Amino acid sequence: MTLRDIINKLLRRQPSSASTARERLQLVLAHDRSDLSTEILDQMRKEILGVVAKYVEIDMDEGAVSLETEDRMTALVANLPIKRTLNGQIKIIDPKNKSTENLQDEQTEDQNPE
Amino acid sequence: MTTDTRVILICSGKGGVGKTTLTANLGISLARQGFKTAVLDADFGLRNLDLLLGLENRIVYTAQEVLEEECRLDQALVKHKQESNLSLLPAGNPRMLDWLKPDDMKCIVNMLSEQFNYVLIDCPAGVEDGFKNAMAASQEAIVVTNPEVSAVRDADRVIGLLNTNAIKPVQLVLNRVRPKMMASQEMLSITDVTDILALPLLGLVLEDEQVIVSTNRGEPLTLNSVNSPAAKCYLNIAKRLQGEDIPLIDPVEESAGFGAKFRKLMQTKIF
Repeated sequence: MTLRDIINKLLRRQPSSASTARERLQLVLAHDRSDLSTEILDQMRKEILGVVAKYVEIDMDEGAVSLETEDRMTALVANLPIKRTLNGQIKIIDPKNKSTENLQDEQTEDQNPE
Repeated sequence: MTTDTRVILICSGKGGVGKTTLTANLGISLARQGFKTAVLDADFGLRNLDLLLGLENRIVYTAQEVLEEECRLDQALVKHKQESNLSLLPAGNPRMLDWLKPDDMKCIVNMLSEQFNYVLIDCPAGVEDGFKNAMAASQEAIVVTNPEVSAVRDADRVIGLLNTNAIKPVQLVLNRVRPKMMASQEMLSITDVTDILALPLLGLVLEDEQVIVSTNRGEPLTLNSVNSPAAKCYLNIAKRLQGEDIPLIDPVEESAGFGAKFRKLMQTKIF
């Protein structure tokens, strides 16, 4: 982000078209360079979220898995916001207790495409 | 026989970004520096290199007749009027589509390598057979792109193909740079493009109306109008190709005048 972009953001103006172009390119190239389709990426996202949700309580709506690219290296980046309790602690789910709400949501979603 | 001939593919993926103009100007510049240079128009379906060099009326044979032994190589080569070190070889003529195979291309380039220091291959647009034929005969490549999303995306595809075919080095030329638009961040910057494509920058070429004037006349800029902004850029690229250390011009400073420093400050990357 450049100084100009920050000023634009503060003034709630549109970002410069060059930075929009840069972001759009980075996204499209990440997909061009890998052969992953959006459906596969979405399926992978659900499965990754499902695994993580077994151990910590995460925000299912906010979690995102995306392809990012830099220097011709493409990385799969998962951003999974962990829900915290009021006193700031991370909610750890007991792996043995699998009847949590989140997990059930995930399983029903998974069955939909079939 | 010169064993150290450099065979350079000039490609872009997208059409109309300036491959042929770069090939013509680089050819003239290298010939001027005393190198025996051949420019091979691999885009025989839509050939234009002859037109940019002003040689369109002097083509009698093409590489196809040479391969079929209907004529000798020196009969097919068209020597430039003013720069005798430069010769043009069209790969074929537009009526004969689909005759060329990668091995044909290799054969032509091997013949050219025997008498030239440089062989510049003007590649067709696209990533299909025309591109693959031209790539088969090349050792190194120059990828030409413009600071626009579509051109950069297509360049990325081409770079991927060059990498998998072990063509190296692959260097970048950023063409049609508009300093004012870059300064006001309404055009992808030099570092945006080099970061995204992760290629060393061989040079940039400023947008210049004289390019159109020179193509109208069939006289590349580096031939007669060496003081125009784009001509200087082409000459610098030719020198860097030799390994000379010529600093890049900064397009933001190039737009100069009042506020250039301020614009530079605004471009500073914070994070």
